[in-house]
Amino acid sequence: MLLIPCPHCGNRPELEFRYAGEAHIARPADPSTTSDQEWAEYLYFRSNPKGLHIERWRHVSGCARFFNCVRDTVSDKILKTYPAGQPKPDLAELVKEARQ
Amino acid sequence: MSDVLKRRSAFEGLHPIQVEGAVTVAPTAYATRFSFRGDAKAASACSKGFGVMLPNALLKAESDNGRTAISLGPDEWLLLAPDGEVDALEAAIEKALDQHHHALVDISHRNTAFTVSGPKAETLLASGCLLDLHVSAFPVGMATRTIYSKADIVLWRTADDTFHVELWRSFVPFVWGLLEEASSEL
Repeated sequence: MLLIPCPHCGNRPELEFRYAGEAHIARPADPSTTSDQEWAEYLYFRSNPKGLHIERWRHVSGCARFFNCVRDTVSDKILKTYPAGQPKPDLAELVKEARQ
Repeated sequence: MSDVLKRRSAFEGLHPIQVEGAVTVAPTAYATRFSFRGDAKAASACSKGFGVMLPNALLKAESDNGRTAISLGPDEWLLLAPDGEVDALEAAIEKALDQHHHALVDISHRNTAFTVSGPKAETLLASGCLLDLHVSAFPVGMATRTIYSKADIVLWRTADDTFHVELWRSFVPFVWGLLEEASSEL
């Protein structure tokens, strides 16, 4: 079973978690002046990369907190997890660390 | 129509689970339970009202004088106390928390609990629990929310061979049935 390192609880089995989509997608500050295209992009358009993906997870059957996770969509390898609210990590740096 | 509401145990009508010399699963007495949410300052104020230090470290249970505080998440605790203390405790905690933003919810009747004890307690729980339950990985005093099969539980190790399992009362028949089946293979 895939073990996911929750930033609060440590390594836990994946069945305790729920996936919650791509991370770091900010809601437009002023929706009333946002064009339909921009709003649609905020709601529906995602990067869907082959490779490193920053995504939200929730440790629903554990500490129940949302957190962010950098996962390689090809290998499923998780490079880093960090509490929600922290800034995006430097992906190039993470790849370098993972290779060491 | 009856005009008296009778409190019914969630374990009513279930077969006892006992394997001689291996494991006993027994419902615990009714209890007072609160879900408490708040930051570190609120938690330390809550400790004064509750009478037990709310553990700052995650996955820990602190007990004193029949009361227990379990840290479930970075800002969430489960508070356990003997039955019938809801009003008194709520008043005491709310008084201590006067100046703090928090949420205190009475979940005495939502949750229920049982203990799993005996030399094979770990083995029986491992039938549906995914965590490493060996005492080196899950020591006495550790507690966490996790899953048993598909049901959310709060698992707390109270002694080397004893676990306290908190769960929603509607999950009892499901969990009990699986434990009963697993116990037949011990």
